[in-house]
Amino acid sequence: MTIEELEQIAKNVQQENAKYDYEVNVCMDLACASQGAGALKDALVKAAEAGAKKVLVRRTGCMGPCSHGPLVRVDPEGKLYHHACANHAEAIVNSLGKAPVPELECDLNDHFDKQVRVVLENAGYIDPEKIDDYIARDGYKALLTVLTEMTPGGVIHRVMESGLRGRGGGGYPTGLKWGTVAKAAGDLKYVVCNGDEGDPGAFMDRSVMEGDPHRVIEGMAIAAYAVGASKGFIYVRAEYPVAVARLTTALREARRHGLLGNNICNTPFNFDVEIRLGAGAFVCGEETALIASIEGKRGAPKPRPPYPAASGLWGKPTLINNVETYANIAPIVRNGGKWFHDMGSERSKGTKVFALTGKITNTGLVEVPMGIKLREIIEDIGGGVPGGHTFKAVQTGGPSGGCIPAQMLDVGVSYDALLKMGSIMGSGGMIVMDDTSCMVNVARFFIEFCMTESCGKCIPCRAGTAQMFTLLTRICNGTGTMDDLALLEDLCTTVKETSLCGLGQTAPNPVLSTLKYFRNEYIEHILDKRCTAGVCTMGAVETQLPSEVTA
Amino acid sequence: MPAISAPPLPSEDKRWKIVNGTMRKNGFARHALIETLHTVQSSFGYLDDDAIRFVANSLHVPLSQAYGVVTFYHYFTLKPPGKHTCTICAGTACYIKGADKLIAAAEKRLGIAQGQTTADGQISLMTARCVGACSRAPVALCDGEVVGEMTREEMLEQLERWTRE
Repeated sequence: MTIEELEQIAKNVQQENAKYDYEVNVCMDLACASQGAGALKDALVKAAEAGAKKVLVRRTGCMGPCSHGPLVRVDPEGKLYHHACANHAEAIVNSLGKAPVPELECDLNDHFDKQVRVVLENAGYIDPEKIDDYIARDGYKALLTVLTEMTPGGVIHRVMESGLRGRGGGGYPTGLKWGTVAKAAGDLKYVVCNGDEGDPGAFMDRSVMEGDPHRVIEGMAIAAYAVGASKGFIYVRAEYPVAVARLTTALREARRHGLLGNNICNTPFNFDVEIRLGAGAFVCGEETALIASIEGKRGAPKPRPPYPAASGLWGKPTLINNVETYANIAPIVRNGGKWFHDMGSERSKGTKVFALTGKITNTGLVEVPMGIKLREIIEDIGGGVPGGHTFKAVQTGGPSGGCIPAQMLDVGVSYDALLKMGSIMGSGGMIVMDDTSCMVNVARFFIEFCMTESCGKCIPCRAGTAQMFTLLTRICNGTGTMDDLALLEDLCTTVKETSLCGLGQTAPNPVLSTLKYFRNEYIEHILDKRCTAGVCTMGAVETQLPSEVTA
Repeated sequence: MPAISAPPLPSEDKRWKIVNGTMRKNGFARHALIETLHTVQSSFGYLDDDAIRFVANSLHVPLSQAYGVVTFYHYFTLKPPGKHTCTICAGTACYIKGADKLIAAAEKRLGIAQGQTTADGQISLMTARCVGACSRAPVALCDGEVVGEMTREEMLEQLERWTRE
């Protein structure tokens, strides 16, 4: 494959598409598919064949506002239809070139206006199983440019210049990480993509892997060239069967086009990727645990250093980045580091994809420039809290993050700002809670999650989270005391400071942040035996503290 | 070489050939343990002692390590699933939208706890950490099919249909 051949494919696709007068794109992502998008697409194909107009019906990845699904976008007008079903197919096809179908029209301008699409630029525009669709939208151009025109050092410099930070949650500068792996000694190096999106309430990585799989592969190949690796692994959750299928197809197609394998683009660069399935362990999102899992072992983390950059998979230097991080690479290479650097806030560059869920009108995927105010995401893009309820908190960062209250909504979203508020950026889950959510109960929910997901290797996490869960259960039962609260806070600090890996170190965050902003709710549970949100059932059986902690 | 000393297939069942295929594809390397267990589970529905022993012997992995891996990861199950499976997502978004109430209602209706199968082997009640369909919370998987915005009534009706089968 050469650049000319790539351009020829793109041209062929454009010529093929030009034969059609209209394009009808149907979102077939999980949310829309679960609302009958499959039947809708079949009906559209049938209606298009029956009609006189030349219509291309295409299935695409996630278009964004899932709560409006199934979504259909008609091009060239760019008209978006919501809540479409198979019965509407004929009306949609008949309306092409005429007035739009009134009952399907939606006004989502506020939702889209503040978004900037980099990672999701192809979402809704390509068929995820067609490599040619991806190539027609500048796909693999960055890889071939890198291979033929740039040195590995040049690539790392460009990524460094962009200011891109790891999108998995930690926010470590990507360029710096690449540089470390590139400098590490060794003939054999690995590139790993972390697609173990374990945070409950987050599905950005799933959407990217399902909707635009080649983007991830291209990013990995560029990374491999930059650090000198020849083998890559994508670690995907087994709970995402569609993502696994799409990636498998994408890898096969990429190999067939000579974009993976030996002597890619007639250069000495060899690279191939294998998929590894996760098996439902949250801790495997931690990089050393993920490595253990790829090696076929229990996902128990190891102390760092040595960092995977020095000694990772089978003891070799290994680069691990998140799906979204890799998805940012191709546009950065194509448009330059400065282009990316110009977006976002001072120390957080570019855009971030968030999964907006919970008690909010427009649930779904959004991509916003860093630095945007939380209020803009929730009120303008998300459409606010529905049903006449009032906003209480937004939870970011999954079980490692925290709950941000209403008075902090005017803070701009960045790694540092979220950290300062007692939460973290995390992988990008954003769960909105209203007055019907009890914050003590939410804290208990997350601690229960961490307790069951703790791998058991280190004591602070294994025993600490269990004790915290017992204490929180007592408070939710109405049997907690002020002493319990003091003990809980003390345990938070201990677990945070002494746990081995990120899971334990961040597990107390949901408790600490709710204690910081919603302490009154804890006090109310303890002293008044009352849960204003009406979630906790007071007066349940008293749970005894196991002897381990009292001893 | 490991391939030569591989143990015989546990039975005539053709599915073992699929399992063997996964191991062969990975050169009977030890690191193929999780991949192989996935194949066993997708072929047989669960992992029993024979299967774990066969895979461990074939890959030259200590039995303790194989068992350790099986019990460490939530996705693997040692019990055969029921004829139908209702998996209720217990992720954060689903929890905020009342998944705990759905779980409680299903437990009460079926008379079993989450993770168990009814005595007649008809229905398994499971929970999931997050299936990634958070925008349509609360979500349940009915025999693998995603149902968004699941209501208590809708779920009980489904369970009723399965019970009467």
